[in-house]
Amino acid sequence: MTKVTLSNLTKVFEGKADPSVDQIDLEIESGKLTALLGPSGCGKTTTMRMIAGLLRPTSGDIQFDGKSILHIAPEHRGAVMVFQNYLLFPFMNIRENVGFGLKMRGVSKSETQGRVREMLDLVQLPDHDDRLPSQLSGGQQQRVALARALIVQPSVLLLDEPLSNLDAHLRDEMRELIRRVQTELGITTIFVTHDQEEAAVLADRIALIFRGKLQAYDSPEAYFERPANLEIARFFGGVNFIPGHYDGERINTQVGSFAAPHAAIANGDAVLTIRPEAVDLGVGGDNSVVGTIRSHVYAGRYARFVIDLDGIVIEASADPWRVSEFADGDKVSVRFDASQIWVIGSSDLPRTSGAGTGSAELSGATSPQFP
Amino acid sequence: MSLNAQFAFDVGPDHTSPVATTKGRRPVLRWAAIVGLLAFLVAPMIPLIFWSFAFRWNYPDLLPSEYSLRAWKAVASPTNNVLLATWNSSVIAVVVTVLSIAIGVPAGRALGLHKFRGKRLVELLIVAPIIVPTLAVALGMHTLFIRYGLSNSLLGVSVVHLIPALPYMTLVMSGVFANYDAAFESQARSLGASPLKTQWYVTFPAIRPGLVVGALFTFLISWSEYVLTLLIGGGQVVTLPLLLFNFARSGDNAIAGALAVVFVVPGVLVLLLTSKHLSTGHAAMGGTGT
Repeated sequence: MTKVTLSNLTKVFEGKADPSVDQIDLEIESGKLTALLGPSGCGKTTTMRMIAGLLRPTSGDIQFDGKSILHIAPEHRGAVMVFQNYLLFPFMNIRENVGFGLKMRGVSKSETQGRVREMLDLVQLPDHDDRLPSQLSGGQQQRVALARALIVQPSVLLLDEPLSNLDAHLRDEMRELIRRVQTELGITTIFVTHDQEEAAVLADRIALIFRGKLQAYDSPEAYFERPANLEIARFFGGVNFIPGHYDGERINTQVGSFAAPHAAIANGDAVLTIRPEAVDLGVGGDNSVVGTIRSHVYAGRYARFVIDLDGIVIEASADPWRVSEFADGDKVSVRFDASQIWVIGSSDLPRTSGAGTGSAELSGATSPQFP
Repeated sequence: MSLNAQFAFDVGPDHTSPVATTKGRRPVLRWAAIVGLLAFLVAPMIPLIFWSFAFRWNYPDLLPSEYSLRAWKAVASPTNNVLLATWNSSVIAVVVTVLSIAIGVPAGRALGLHKFRGKRLVELLIVAPIIVPTLAVALGMHTLFIRYGLSNSLLGVSVVHLIPALPYMTLVMSGVFANYDAAFESQARSLGASPLKTQWYVTFPAIRPGLVVGALFTFLISWSEYVLTLLIGGGQVVTLPLLLFNFARSGDNAIAGALAVVFVVPGVLVLLLTSKHLSTGHAAMGGTGT
């Protein structure tokens, strides 16, 4: 059980003007699963490599349980990293790969043998000890890599994109395994991912990083339900954004006026967000407007409609059988569930975008136009 | 000649899988290539073996008319220095190989793994000894070697052999490291290996096939070097090629033949011992992830 503290952690690579990791302050709880989430190139893997000791920070500090570990060599840190492509030593068989860390620590052969077996059991790999890594599937390689890291009883386990190289069905299996092993052993685990869903499913808390800067550090629900700003809302899969003005109770937009009890701001220029699942089709009354169905997609478990509200395009999810209820071009009444509306400030977009170019691209790429 | 041309075609441009493609398309060509290769490499050895046992072998006899062990007795006799020359050749070749590894592996790593300013220039300088006539370089070095007391010594000869040997080692190793993923070393460190243990348990096994090939090259280059040995050794350092050349020039075909056989044996031995690594080529650790 180790608490990991990053303070003011910064990494500037030689020949680059902008820092790759920019003054990150983060307290990672002991015994928890924490995700470092962000788009590719945001500095999350760099952060992880600094924790592992494979990269030296330009400035700032990393502490395990309150003690700085910057001067400690990677092999003595107790933070073991599992790389994205597993990096199993190709000339060693499975047993030798898993036992590598113990061999380096001078553990006896007989003890190593027992613990290797234990670890292979833990990651649910049958006794295929003598095979070479090249004879294993991707999922099995991932298990071996995990066993190889866990056998040295690390105080911090670092996983770099643990699921990204796996097929969809293996992903679920591996996710379960990581979750189970982590709970069983209670190792402080940090993993890097670019997939917000993966982060939400796996992590206790998510540290969101854009352009080397920590944006937020919160529970998965908070990011999906109450995103702090437009950029975060978009990153977490938000698609419906309607600009307007918020007076503290209602948001007035060019489409109509909606009751909105939940908001990230007190009042002012704002953007209404709502998940496609919370948009009711064919229901009138309060908080409803009329739109035109542009197109639809039938996805088996749900049907998705693209609806034009007087120039602003939104998406709505509905039960799959309702696909026969509407035809493209139909006028339809659309109701926003007031309890599901979340209002965020529109003015904080330019502020967060700052010097970076990423958010400029983001705002240009999506459908709604801002006044 | 046509057989040789065929061979060149087979292993030349398509070095990804020359055998497989020819095998698939035209087995006749494949066999022609193998026969041609054997004829080219092995056939010249056959007369040498006969010569070493021949007492009388006159035109137009296909085989010697009389045999004797005279040449082999002469080779074994201490007065002819064959043992000393074999010893000298071995010591020099081993020293050259060790020095080439010590210099060539780090150099190859730098070239294969890293990008740095002036890399092209360094690459050019490394192959320069192969391009520039060795004799020209050696003549210049000779004066330096005399000044520093390196001429006429085993060490001096070993050092000068590095001129043709080192480029091969460096080029082979830079090829190996170009396909090498240094992240394996990070992984080993993270799992608890010290830098030294990482080199021994992870880097060395990964580069071993290429290392063996490079060492084989350098050993054989040094083993068969004549001009540089003569120049820097000043005739004081007698190696097998020097001895062989003397007998060949003096017209004693029998002794020259016997010496040639002695000369070839170590090379063939080394080749047989390392053939396993030659066939696996540069199987370094690259892209083994998925």
